This record gives sequence, structure tokens and C-alpha cells, in this order.
Amino acid sequence: MIANQLPRSLADNPRLDAWIGFDRPGQVRISTGKVELGQGVLTAIAQIAAEELDVAPTRLRLVSGEAGEGPNEGYTAGSYSVENSGGALRIVCAEVRALFLERTAVLLDCAAEELDVDDGAFRRDGRPTGFDYWRLAGDIDLSREATGGASPKPVAAYRLVGRSLPRTDLPEKIGGGAFIHDMRMPDLLHARVLRQAWRGAVLGALDERALHRAARRTIEVVREGSFLALLGDDEASVEAAAAVAREKATWSGGERPPDEVADAGWLMAQPTVERVIAEGEPAEAGEKIEATYSRGFIAHASIGPSCALAHWDGTRLDVWTHSQGVYPLRQSLARALGLDPGAVAVRHRQAAGCYGHNGADDAAFDAALLATRRPGRTVRVQWTRADELTASPFGAPMAVRLRAALGPQGRPADWGIEIWSAPHGQRPGMHGVVNLIGAEALPGAPPRVPPGDVPDANGFGSARNAHAPYDLPAQRIVTHFVAGHPVRTSSLRGLGAFANVFAIESFIDELAEAAGRDPVAYRLSLLADPRARATIEAVAAMAGWSPDAPAGEGTAKGIGFSRYKNKAAYMAAIAEVELDEEVRVTRVWCAVDAGLVINPDGAANQVEGGVVQAASWALKESVRFQDGRAGCVQWDDYPILRFSEVPAVEIRFMDMASEPPLGLGEVAQGPTAAAIGNAVARALGARIRDLPLSRDRIIEALL
Amino acid sequence: MSALAPQMVRFTVNGQGVEVDAAGDVPLLAVLRGELGLTGSRFGCGLEQCGACTVLVDGEPAYACSRPAWSVADRSVATIEAAEHDLVLAALRRAFLDEQAGQCGYCLSGIILSARALLAREPSPDRPAIVAALDRHLCRCGAHNRIVRAVQRAAARLAEEVAP
Repeated sequence: MIANQLPRSLADNPRLDAWIGFDRPGQVRISTGKVELGQGVLTAIAQIAAEELDVAPTRLRLVSGEAGEGPNEGYTAGSYSVENSGGALRIVCAEVRALFLERTAVLLDCAAEELDVDDGAFRRDGRPTGFDYWRLAGDIDLSREATGGASPKPVAAYRLVGRSLPRTDLPEKIGGGAFIHDMRMPDLLHARVLRQAWRGAVLGALDERALHRAARRTIEVVREGSFLALLGDDEASVEAAAAVAREKATWSGGERPPDEVADAGWLMAQPTVERVIAEGEPAEAGEKIEATYSRGFIAHASIGPSCALAHWDGTRLDVWTHSQGVYPLRQSLARALGLDPGAVAVRHRQAAGCYGHNGADDAAFDAALLATRRPGRTVRVQWTRADELTASPFGAPMAVRLRAALGPQGRPADWGIEIWSAPHGQRPGMHGVVNLIGAEALPGAPPRVPPGDVPDANGFGSARNAHAPYDLPAQRIVTHFVAGHPVRTSSLRGLGAFANVFAIESFIDELAEAAGRDPVAYRLSLLADPRARATIEAVAAMAGWSPDAPAGEGTAKGIGFSRYKNKAAYMAAIAEVELDEEVRVTRVWCAVDAGLVINPDGAANQVEGGVVQAASWALKESVRFQDGRAGCVQWDDYPILRFSEVPAVEIRFMDMASEPPLGLGEVAQGPTAAAIGNAVARALGARIRDLPLSRDRIIEALL
Repeated sequence: MSALAPQMVRFTVNGQGVEVDAAGDVPLLAVLRGELGLTGSRFGCGLEQCGACTVLVDGEPAYACSRPAWSVADRSVATIEAAEHDLVLAALRRAFLDEQAGQCGYCLSGIILSARALLAREPSPDRPAIVAALDRHLCRCGAHNRIVRAVQRAAARLAEEVAP
């Protein structure tokens, strides 16, 4: 038998008992290193495990994100969860099922092929045998390594995978206390932390008496270097004191960003680390076309501000967090606090929607540090709205320059892309750095080390989707990485793909226009990959795409396409817009090829959410800086798409159940922005190349 | 530091009379989530801009995050926890689950309470009326269309239930 190639998660955590256990009667423990961020991943993983084991999904007890206990799967990021964690559990559960059936066959002196499983009970020729997983659990040692030798079920035999099972976590979230914010502990000590105004900012003298006066009840002030926290039994008093601290704090030194830091021109003028990812010589002949596109800083803007709890008993630190990566966070916490990682337990608890590296890890450090300063108490840190909007790392600003020469039939005779970008990955532990803002404020904090870009093996950072998915002559791909960027930027849904796909797909439309071709037909003429072609053809049919639609009439459709990371799911989107001085996206049609879809409704929810969020980024979102600070301290400064502005969304999944599942959590970001940009260019009769497509930019284009 | 004298206020929450200390302008949300243990109402901004904290005060949607608890003295407050004994809220919750109308779920309890107030006023609202009633709420995951469909579904089901 040819062993399956083990998914990365299984190669990293090969023991079967890291993933599964039968320690409680009638229940199956399924452990995963991936965590629920509101994307429904635990439901999809449960479906995969229950399918291979042949047990009812209700028997599964999912243990998720427990550093030190469950499998170490790094971060829940990059649309990898179903491929990696789901892929690992598919193999593990198939192997465990086979081990139990082999044992049963020995006990019954029959062939394993005569046996099957019905909700955990083993049957022979359809009749009960009296054996089940739990009865035989003591006979089978799961502390062995997976071999990948058992064959998972064929797709045709699936009963659970491919069905829209309802999310297991939603009922509690609609009801009452499902979030980390709702955890109740005895002897809780509430805390607020003053955030540095910018990186490396030094806190001036602060009159602590004013803080105590504002609190009106007993509070404590912890100040170490530029790290200042207020603690007390009464949360409202702590908040009152913190509000005064924010108002009175003075800051100096550090890496104060200039007001123009959000401008593409500023980014492109910075010192960069240049890297040629792909060579490609310019063509001699043909009409040369060049254009530069950009996006600014995007805030995660989670609806629930970050929160964490921690308890230190003098030898052991317990931390509760909504981090995307409990193991890497544990390493960074231990290092920053000078503890042995074995003395630190980090447990994931759910929170509001998370779309990348937000404030969760930083809040966990705040709580952990303060817990070590107040042994025996459970410290609860709650970030404010302003903290969440301004102190979480931002999605990185980017500028993307494309050039091509038009050859015969309007086909590109050459192709080049140059990308300027701030860092997309500064998570805890990345690049060998602690990367926790509270730790940066402490006395003696080590000087900041400029980060590297996200590794190519993780799907690239700045250059994610920089490779155009078309059949083009040798593509030249160059990145200009602004490693020393003063503003803290990190991973946000799609990383570089959002700006790169927006730029490439806008440019393809510009080339089509120069060549006098219809954008859909032009794309198809450059694409041989049948899955890519089918996806584009499907969305064109859904939207009733017409090559003859007029331009400059105030309403139009536009198309965008990509294959996420050039290896995950395919998506083609068509957006319909109306505009006067503002853009309204009225409808978006999407065709998605994600191979086998584990849970179609959950997948549709992810894609639709991605469309709405990308529309919000493309139309509205950009952070400006003034006096060194991000100018988004409240929602009124940072509007996002509202109910009255959300487009109707129609999604079709291509019937590709025989192909392996492809990650789709971030697939919508780039194609949606590109489709909107192309629709706006057509409706307006002029192209706006800088995001967001704001009212000011529309008015400027109209003049 | 001037010590804070207790300031007891009475009101009803989900039909039950309560008496709490509202000294120092403590926000209603803090009292609900803290002393009363009703964690279904969420802290989102503290600025009356996102709607995550929405409760009903005398049947009308109200932000609980910054209004002082004393402002509801002798009034009636409803939170998502009232779904246990409020048929319309229960129908809304069921419809939200039927439509899988949510991703992270953090914004939903406030949205459901605004929808509850809408259905009390207008039992069969059309889509624009639902959108208008929910426009004070922010959702970052992009579940808006499902949420609107869930409110429509709840309204339709309630209409069937009261029909002869």
C-alpha cells in the first residue's frame, strides 16, 4: 500500500493520541490546533472526523487551541485549516477506525472487510457485534505515530462531508456568554493599559494623584518604563482613571511616523530591501503600458475589543486568550517574561471576528505581565475601542506598479510587476522577535529588529498573488520591502493578495481596453487552465455579462479573478455599481472552485463575508495619521460598510467534489476589490488606481 | 480620593425586579454584565456607535454602553436573555440559527433586540424597513444579508403562528 503523503500538521504532530481519544464513554475527543474565529472551522473539522470514524457528530468533543495539550499547528491563518488540520484528521481518523476494526476482526476471528461501523458500534455483515470504540479503547494504544497507511473514505461514500451542517458554536453566541469577554473568575482584578502613542514612544512624567482622583475608588497604578497600567476591583473606576491617563500622557522619542506616512508616494520613497522573485526581459516592440495602484493602512476593526485573562501563582502562569496561535504566543510570553515555556499554559477562548494578527496577543501579554506583578489574582485586561482601532497592527500599505507591452492580437508581449510594501507578518515569534507591544514599552526592551517578509513557503507576504494567473511571457516580479516602516503592520486577511489582485486585475482591464477587447473574452484568451476558465465563464453567465455594455453611464459591471495564493481556491467575481459622487455596490456575483467543499453553507458564509468586507475596504477604509498617531480612535473616524450599503451577493460553487479541498477563507478579498474597481472605471469612464474609491476621489475624477 | 456613596436604583430586567448600586454614573452595560451576570449584551465601543450593547428600554432599542444605570430607574429593560420567555425573541433566535445568520456572533444579540423592537412596531416589515432598523448596528464579518433574511423569516413564521 502506498502511504498518503502526510499533511504538514500531521508531520509536525505524528502521534495519533495528539488528535483523538476515547477517554469518556460514548464520546470522542478530537483535538485541533486550529481555533474558531467565527469562520466555522470547528464545525467543518468535526464533519471530517465524524465522517471517517462513522460516529454521529454530536459524539465529538472538540478541544481547540490548548498549548501544551493539543497538536501544535502554529497559527490559524492563511486559509490552511481545512487543508492542514482537516487533512491530518482525515488520515488520523481513517487510521484509528482501521486499527479498531482490525482488533475486532481478531477477536471475532473474521476478516476486517466483513466489518463496518454504525455510530461508533462495530457490525459484522450489518449485525451488532457487541464491540465499539469505547469498549476496545483500552486494547488499542494510540500513543503511536500515524503511518498514513489507511485509506480515507472515497468521496462517493460521504454522508456528512459536503452537507451544510449548522455551526456548533452559534447557539451559545446568540444566547449569552460564549466569549472570552464573558469569563467569570473569582477574585478578578480589572486592568487597562495605556498604549504608546507610536512605536518606541517614551512616556513622560504623569501625576498619579490625578488618576486616583478620577477613579473615586481604590485603584493601583503599575508603571514600568513606558508601560502604564491601572488595576482595581471595580472596572468602571479603572476605566475612569485610564481615560485621564490617556488624556494627560505626554510622549517623546521613538519612531514617530510623519503625517504623509499613508501616502503611496511616501512608501515608494523609503529605503527598501529589493528582491527579484522572477526574471523576465522586457519585449522590444509593442505599445508600452504602465500603471501604479495602491492601498493604504487597513484596520482589523473587530467588533469586540481585545481581551485576555491571566493568573500567576508564583510558579505557573495561566493565560486565556483569543490569539490565532497559542503555541507561538506561549513561546513569546515565556521569553518576554523570562519564564520556562513549560510553566506557561495558554488556552484559546473565542472572541469577536478575527481576520488576521490583531490585538489578541498583545492583550494576552498585558494580562500575563500584570498577573506576575499581582500573584494570586486573575487579571483581566480589556482593550478600549480606541486601543482596538489604533494599537492592533494594521494591514500593510502597498503600491503596485505594472507594465506590459501589447503584442499581436493585443496580447501582452511582456509583463512586469513591482511591489512596494510594509511588512505583512510581525506575529509573536516571527523573525525571532517577541513582537508584543507591551513588552516593547518595558525598561530595557531590546532595540527593534526590522522584520523580514512572510516566507515563500507560507504563500508569500508582499508577493502573495504577485504572479498573474494568466498565460503570459516570462513575468518579472520584484518586491521593494520597507522593513523599517515606523508603523506596526502585520497579517490581515489575504496579506499582499488584496492589493496585488486589485492591481493585476485592474491592469488586465486596462490592457483589454487598449486592445479593444471585452474584459471577459480577453481574460479567457489568456487562460488555458480549465478550472480558471470554467470559473470565469460561470460568473459571466450568472451575471448576464454583456460585452456591449456602454461605459460612462453611471452604472456598470466589472470583473475580477484570482486563484488565492496561486494554489488555493479559485474565484471570479462580477460587481455591479451605481455612482454619482459616491459608489454604491448593488450586486456581486461569485463563482468559486474550492474543490471538495466540506460544508457548502459555511463556505458560502465565508465567501459572502469576504465579499462584504472587501467591498468595505475598497470603498471606505484607510487610516490617516496626524501628529504621529493613527487618526481612527472611534468608529466615526473609521466608517465601515453598513446594512444600507451592503450589496446583494450570489455565490455558486463549482461542482468539483472529486478534487481535494482548497482553502477559501480569504479567496474573496482580491477579486471583489478588482471587480468593484473595474466596474467603477467603466461606470465613471475614468480609472481610479488608489484605494479606497472614496467620495473625494470620485469627485476628483469627475472634474 | 472622594469615596463614592452607594446609589441604589430599582428597575426590571427581563421581567424581574432588581435593585443595584448605580453610583458614579456606572454604565447600564457594566451593571448588566457585571452585577447581574447577563453577559449576552456586548461591549463594543462604549461610544454608542456600533450597537453591540443594544438592549430594550421600555421596548425601544437603547445603547447600554454609556448611559448611566440610574437612567433606567423604575423602567423595564430587556436583554437577549429574555428569549427564554419572549416568544418573538425566541422566534428571532431560531430564525437566526435556521439562516446561520452570523459568523463571529458578537454583534448578534444587539441586532436581535433591535429586530424585536421592529417586529413589535411592524409585524411584517419589508426589506428596506429591516435595513433601516438595523443600520445603527455594525457587523464586521459581513453577515448582513443573512441577518436581514433571518428577520424576514422570523416575521413570516410569527405571522403563520398568529394566523387562524
